[in-house]
Amino acid sequence: MAGVQVSNVSRSFGAHKALDDVSIDFADGGFYALLGPSGSGKTTLLRQIAGFDFPDSGRIAIGGESVERVPVEKRRIGMVFQNYALFPNMSVADNVAFGLSVRGEAKAVIAAEVQAALDLVQLGKLGGRRPHQLSGGQRQRVALARAIVTKPRVLLLDEPLGALDKALRVDMQIELKRIQREIGITTIFVTHDQEEALTMSDRIGILRDGRLVQEGPPEEIYDRPKSEFAATFLGDANIFRGDSTGNGIRLADGTAIAAGAGATLAAGAKASCAVRPERIRIATDAGVSNATDTNVLKGQVSKRIFAGNNSTYFVDRAGQTLKVIVQNTGIERLSEGQDVVLRWSPESTVLIAAS
Amino acid sequence: MAAATASRSGLRSALPLLAPAYLWLTVAIFLPLSAMVFFSFMTELPLSGKPWAFTLGNYAAFFSQSLYLTLLLASLRLGLEVTLWCIVIGYPAAYVLAKVLKGRSREAIFLLVILPFWSNGLVRIFSWAMVLREGGILDTALNAVLPFKINIDLMYSYPAVIIGLVHSYVPYMVLTCYLTLQAIDDSLIEAGRSLGASRLQVLKRVIIPLSMPGLVAGAALIFVPVVGSFMEPRILGGRTGTFYGTVIEDQFVAVFNWPLGAALSFILLAVVLVILAAASPVLKRAA
Ligand SMILES: Nc1ncnc2c1ncn2[C@@H]1O[C@H](COP(=O)(O)OP(=O)(O)O)[C@@H](O)[C@H]1O
Ligand SMILES: [Mg+2]
Repeated sequence: MAGVQVSNVSRSFGAHKALDDVSIDFADGGFYALLGPSGSGKTTLLRQIAGFDFPDSGRIAIGGESVERVPVEKRRIGMVFQNYALFPNMSVADNVAFGLSVRGEAKAVIAAEVQAALDLVQLGKLGGRRPHQLSGGQRQRVALARAIVTKPRVLLLDEPLGALDKALRVDMQIELKRIQREIGITTIFVTHDQEEALTMSDRIGILRDGRLVQEGPPEEIYDRPKSEFAATFLGDANIFRGDSTGNGIRLADGTAIAAGAGATLAAGAKASCAVRPERIRIATDAGVSNATDTNVLKGQVSKRIFAGNNSTYFVDRAGQTLKVIVQNTGIERLSEGQDVVLRWSPESTVLIAAS
Repeated sequence: MAAATASRSGLRSALPLLAPAYLWLTVAIFLPLSAMVFFSFMTELPLSGKPWAFTLGNYAAFFSQSLYLTLLLASLRLGLEVTLWCIVIGYPAAYVLAKVLKGRSREAIFLLVILPFWSNGLVRIFSWAMVLREGGILDTALNAVLPFKINIDLMYSYPAVIIGLVHSYVPYMVLTCYLTLQAIDDSLIEAGRSLGASRLQVLKRVIIPLSMPGLVAGAALIFVPVVGSFMEPRILGGRTGTFYGTVIEDQFVAVFNWPLGAALSFILLAVVLVILAAASPVLKRAA
């Protein structure tokens, strides 16, 4: 087991910068999600850590040991590929045994370890099958067993659940998390699914166009995004743009929006405020005000989407459409075209410097 | 059950499409071949006007003269050697084409590999004759480079026959192996290496087993015609180039003993089929 340090890594393909000065410290035993839209450089970063590709500049260390000159097969990593990459010419057991057998382990040792690994992923009885006789979820488990049976220092997963359907995905998320906890391996998990990143990881790194946009625990990124991109890519956010007042912004129409304590930006600079849709309270004009909800905006409901336990309201105001999510705790509903008042607290508002 | 019905109705609808191919195969292969089977049991060619009768003598000739068996064994050895050289040369070439080269350079090299296919067989063989003979291109070039005098005269020798045949047939090996190799996903190679296998171990345990069907197909495509080959042995081998195939050819074009020629070729066909049948379980297991 070991942590991974990526320091100032850059990698270009021709004129295209796939990775631009990326530095991340992956803690020993942690579960780290690399999140970003397609083409943001997630796979490229994973391939630098694995050793399939080498950075133009920067350093990569695994367990404190610099690995720039170490080939893949000597890095002692485990990798799970998006398409599973199981060897079709071998049985499930032989697939899992591959890493141990190239190392020259004794047959009896291999058999025992393979069985233990297959048991861990709950496929103990399927060792004799061929990969093409398995379902997608089962192949995924075999790929995982094959990657961890060699006791690698780091487990790298490139969108491992991407090819599975929704229900199976959720099962596998739980399963993967359980296995990761059980063996305590440092795990780097690439995904473009924000929900997956939020629910599974201890820390998230958000990539965009080869740059690390923000990095930290899920709650921290969700509650205090540092850019509009981070605010809208991880979760949903209403963005207001205006001029900074030091601890909030003033919109073009003069409305002031206050941000939480600790927000500091030079007054007068361009800035934005982000508010999560579920933090906004919506009421008809007659609604009761809450003392702390000092941000107040009037608007009109333009659309309502009912989703069972919650409803999403789209509220038009001054040429902007705001999104509000309300838990359906009662039966009262607002209808389309109704005038409403939106209220939320400064603590739910994040002040973001214009980029 | 449902699948069987579906495939049967699929076959019925495919029949009009298959018919021309089967008709052509019947006319082009089956008819002449049955005529040859017929001839191989005759004492004289009916076309020659001489009286003729049925006989097993043509087949008996093979067993009564040890020369034929010797030549057949020599031809089988030739087929084996040429096939092996084609694997040694063709497989790495196919690997480089499929897994190393990309884009324009791949197209260019591919063209070079296919070129022998498009050139006339005789032209190809006579070009080799010019390269291999004493005072030929190879001899002259080597002596121009090397500080000492050497004599290269490979013409009319066993190696010359091998060189000519390998050159003619290696594209088959490159093509069949290329097809299976490029179907192997690169992530399998990467998975192997991430599990601690060196490039060589990945080659041995993953790539070669997965490309075995291409190797087998290439070997069969090469071995069978080489065992019966006569043009390369005759032109490049001269007096050393007497093989089973050249003897058969003699019966047809020189001695004009078609019945014996036909009988000898059917014995060859039978031997080759037996070899392929015997090898197939082994090869299937490997594939
Ligand atoms: N081998 C390569 N050659 C050229 N461009 C590449 C190569 N690998 C990745 N890229 C480019 O680098 C960028 C990042 O790719 P990638 O890391 O695969 O993104 P992600 O995994 O986040 O979707 C993309 O624009 C992609 O086209
Ligand atoms: Mg990717």
